[in-house]
Amino acid sequence: MDFGTGAALPVSKPPLARQFNPYTSNGGTILALSGEDFSLVASDTRLSERFRIHTRDQPKTYKLTDNVVLGCCGFHGDVLTLNKLLAARIKMYKHQHDHEISCSSLAQMLSTILYSRRFFPFYTYNILIGLDEQGKGCVYSFDPVGSYERETYRAGGTGASMLQPLLDNQIGFKHQNIPEQDRPELTADRAIALVRDVFIGAAERDINTGDGLHMQLVTKDGIKTLDRFPLRKD
Amino acid sequence: MLAIREQQSSSDRAQQPISVDLPYPGFQFDLCLRNQYLISKGFKAPIAVKTGTTIAGIVFDGGVVLGADTRATEGEVVADKNCEKIHYLADNMYCCGAGTAADTEKTTDLISSKIRLHSLNTGRQARVQTALRMLKQMLSRYGGYIGAYLVLGGVDCTGAHLYTVHAAGSTDKLPYVSMGSGSLAAMATFETQYKPGMSMEAAKELVSEAIQAGIFNDLGSGSNVDLCVITSRGVDYIRPYKEACSKGVRQGDYSYKQGTTAVLETKVREIKFDVVSVTEHKMEVD
Repeated sequence: MDFGTGAALPVSKPPLARQFNPYTSNGGTILALSGEDFSLVASDTRLSERFRIHTRDQPKTYKLTDNVVLGCCGFHGDVLTLNKLLAARIKMYKHQHDHEISCSSLAQMLSTILYSRRFFPFYTYNILIGLDEQGKGCVYSFDPVGSYERETYRAGGTGASMLQPLLDNQIGFKHQNIPEQDRPELTADRAIALVRDVFIGAAERDINTGDGLHMQLVTKDGIKTLDRFPLRKD
Repeated sequence: MLAIREQQSSSDRAQQPISVDLPYPGFQFDLCLRNQYLISKGFKAPIAVKTGTTIAGIVFDGGVVLGADTRATEGEVVADKNCEKIHYLADNMYCCGAGTAADTEKTTDLISSKIRLHSLNTGRQARVQTALRMLKQMLSRYGGYIGAYLVLGGVDCTGAHLYTVHAAGSTDKLPYVSMGSGSLAAMATFETQYKPGMSMEAAKELVSEAIQAGIFNDLGSGSNVDLCVITSRGVDYIRPYKEACSKGVRQGDYSYKQGTTAVLETKVREIKFDVVSVTEHKMEVD
């Protein structure tokens, strides 16, 4: 291989391409975690495109049933369409089965919907939270084409790569030499404080995350929306 | 190209002439071929860091005020929360930079040293016009490939001057200017609030407002406002002039107890040594 300065650079024609790109990223970060008797989903409230802010007040959590909430971000057009589709499917389920859909069934349904668009996917990152059949908090995380799994905590969206390692350490006790039985149980109060703290960090370094933090807590008493927590606005 | 100078004793130096291979001046293009090879094999060639930025300046009664935000980004991630974007050119002029970070830094450094040589040769303080001409000639020579977008301001024997310089080499001389990804937000502020012949305090506050418009409305700009006020009496570089946004206060305690990190293995090795000499130091006791 000759990297010398002597050879002249070959002149190549740039490839001609005319394309319509149906997707855009509207930024935003979502985060969900679960404890023994609760689950929690949080999102920032900034909606942006490239270097512009569309609004500082767009929470990205969506109430689906009386005890299931979806954290959903990515391309906002797909977020809205997906939620409209889900709402219709949930209603159809209720009429067919004569009862409200469970969290695990809803997770399966969402996976089917996402995979149905395998070759023209919804550009959405989804995290579903609720309570399972035993009343324990549950979190289901999805990729844009419907692969999903149940987890105890998960971050999604533009700031996910900043939040996830923190959660792995603080909730998953990764790289901490603490025996299983000595690990403190995650309470709702500590979860809320932790979520606020990690979002402060994400707002520092991710330009698409900021403005405000919106949180919804699911317990046996239903869904509770927490007071808005302010984040950096720059 | 770079020869490493060997250490020589003083007697050697008298006999051998010192010969040093100096690097060629200007840019090297060797890596263009490497990059093209990388791309042809399906890899990505390295790209330069660009900074989304808000920089601005205005002329006021008796001088100029330059302003800049302090955020540097690498794509969507904030690389530096408090970087310096107002660069020194000479004692009577400064230059704000937007665009490719390395280009703005190196271009202003180079012109700064050329201006110093110029004023030493002429025995006079260089004019802002001179710096402008040097900048635009250098940038236009490279046809816009040096991605430096500048706001140049200063005071000389002919008065206060404010210019913008685009990467391609075109320039403007205006009473109020802005550049960078936040330039529209900053210019909107100037268009509504600028008046000719403002006082220094009013000018500082207006530039600060313009930069803050960029900080809040442009995702590429953020953190603090830096200002640089240049008058015939001297320079007032204020860093930071204002912290537009403060960091949130964390609630949890994230300190780790001792022993949190697992000890995988412990090994104590004896280091063998020879005693070469022993010196005794007297304790300093009166």
